[in-house]
Amino acid sequence: MIKVDNVVKTFGGFRAVDGASLEIRQGAITGLIGPNGAGKTTLFNVIAGVLKPTSGKVTMMGEDITGLPPHDLFHKGLLRTFQIAHEFGSMSCRENLMMVPGNQSGESLWNTWFGRKRIADEERALRAKADEVLEFLTISHLAEQKASQISGGQKKLLELGRTMMVDAKIVFLDEVGAGVNRTLLNTIGDAIVQLNKERGYTFVVIEHDMDFIGRLCDPVICMAEGKVLAQGTLAEIKANEQVIEAYLGTGLKNKDMVGA
Amino acid sequence: MDLLNAFITLSNFVIIPAIAYGSQLALGALGVTLIYGILRFSNFAHGDTMAFGTMVTILFTWWFQHLGLSLGPFPTALLALPFGIAGCALFVLLTDRAVYRFYRVQKAKPVILVIVSMGVMFIMNGVVRFIIGPDDHNFGDGERFIISARTFREMTGLEEGLAIRTSTGITVVTAVVVVALLFWFLNKTRTGKSMRAYSDNEDLALLSGINPEKVVVVTWVIVAALATVAGTLYGLDKSFKAFTYFQLLLPIFASAIVGGLGSPVGAIAGGFVIAFSEVTITYAWKKVITYVVPESMAPDGLVQLLSTDYKFAVSFIILLVVLLFRPTGLFKGKSV
Ligand SMILES: Nc1ncnc2c1ncn2[C@@H]1O[C@H](COP(=O)(O)OP(=O)(O)OP(=O)(O)O)[C@@H](O)[C@H]1O
Ligand SMILES: [Mg+2]
Repeated sequence: MIKVDNVVKTFGGFRAVDGASLEIRQGAITGLIGPNGAGKTTLFNVIAGVLKPTSGKVTMMGEDITGLPPHDLFHKGLLRTFQIAHEFGSMSCRENLMMVPGNQSGESLWNTWFGRKRIADEERALRAKADEVLEFLTISHLAEQKASQISGGQKKLLELGRTMMVDAKIVFLDEVGAGVNRTLLNTIGDAIVQLNKERGYTFVVIEHDMDFIGRLCDPVICMAEGKVLAQGTLAEIKANEQVIEAYLGTGLKNKDMVGA
Repeated sequence: MDLLNAFITLSNFVIIPAIAYGSQLALGALGVTLIYGILRFSNFAHGDTMAFGTMVTILFTWWFQHLGLSLGPFPTALLALPFGIAGCALFVLLTDRAVYRFYRVQKAKPVILVIVSMGVMFIMNGVVRFIIGPDDHNFGDGERFIISARTFREMTGLEEGLAIRTSTGITVVTAVVVVALLFWFLNKTRTGKSMRAYSDNEDLALLSGINPEKVVVVTWVIVAALATVAGTLYGLDKSFKAFTYFQLLLPIFASAIVGGLGSPVGAIAGGFVIAFSEVTITYAWKKVITYVVPESMAPDGLVQLLSTDYKFAVSFIILLVVLLFRPTGLFKGKSV
């Protein structure tokens, strides 16, 4: 579905992504792992149009999407969340969610004045949807709260909620579980599986929590130093010599500890 | 002691003029604050944008007067105002296309945009002087007063008169209507919310599917409207002169910064803070004090803290104090 072809992204002279190539299969939940600074987030940014690659190509279902602006990609059904949660600080959590589906009829100045009824209907539907998502994420009580005032973990949930407001095709989740407690993490995991099964979302998930990855993801891709090291099932990845050396380590230092 | 006459004098020379001036500054500062919040730079060309919009309004006013159109007791300029807004919006959008967009695409730093806006300022200034000339123009017509000082004296039998000029009344009413519309727009409509979202967090707005170019266009149109209204009201109240509008930049920026850059409520509050400070500090208090204190204590001098020639110093000092002690302004805008 998404094909990343030899993408390079440099900052100054530093090659954050150094010739990464990979393919995301439609309908799969792909895990992306790798040590801190491996270039995972940077690769997400390149795919989602936040950063233009220095070289290389990204295609989505055969269409070249390299360097398209994020809002265009959004309308093509490509969504992402931020590793460091972003929010519209001056708005309530509900309004934050309601901002998501861009291009509503209320956005045209003409309709603002002359299409009041249609906008009102749309708003009502959106509001119901937002409330449903908040409920699902167990943060209904925060609906009226200003998004700048909620906790870090709650902001993460809001990030995830955003992707549930529209019918996405592919969603990139950047450490959506970091800073979220274990029970909620399981809920999030369930939500991802459900969205994948019922709404046909394709997911790419960056996580440091191996249990989480193991439960959801197949295949798993491991990056290090801007390159793709290996791809396969988690078991295969865990057995891969290079991966062990670069990321998982050989001793007790890791495995369960990583990301905890 | 004569408190009533003192109060009338105070209203006539301080309160009413300051309210009118404050409304004009508030409208100007709203434009500056919107550009700052959404396009993320301090627009030095704002004074001249006001001048440009006002100039177009004046040209239409003259044309309407030539055609014999009028609004009766109201100034013809009100009829010309929508055309002034349209002309100004067009000009500003062209400027954006030709100049600002280039830097936006490159994600240029705000400092660079500030300097670019200074370039735009000089060009607009030149265009306005080229078209309408550098001189003073009075373009107000219709009734001059809602209540004149003489009528007021006859009505009340008081010694002091209270004059309310038509331009003052129109300024206040228009400002209230415009501000109400703006807040409704920003808080209730989808486009307004997109603008706020874009101002809150640009990256997230883009990833939420909000088209930045659309937000930018709407912002410029609103700013052009605010600038033209502010400029026209100021011109009706005083007179139109290109250089005066350029000078207005200081009190307008002072208002926006005092209120908190990026905060619309702040811009309004800031406008009135600056206006009241400027008027009270440059007013000669002799008359009011003479009414209030016993005769023996009546002052000999004018009791004027600062000559009106130095009125801009007032904005400047307030600006400095705010930047030193509360850089985010009264209403917690973004710090400068
Ligand atoms: N805007 C930037 N400017 C300069 N260097 C950057 C920038 N963004 C990322 N980098 C560098 O690129 C490298 C890869 O960063 P990236 O955020 O992609 O890592 P990551 O794999 O997501 O790590 P983590 O697991 O810690 O989130 C890092 O060394 C980082 O310092
Ligand atoms: Mg990362």
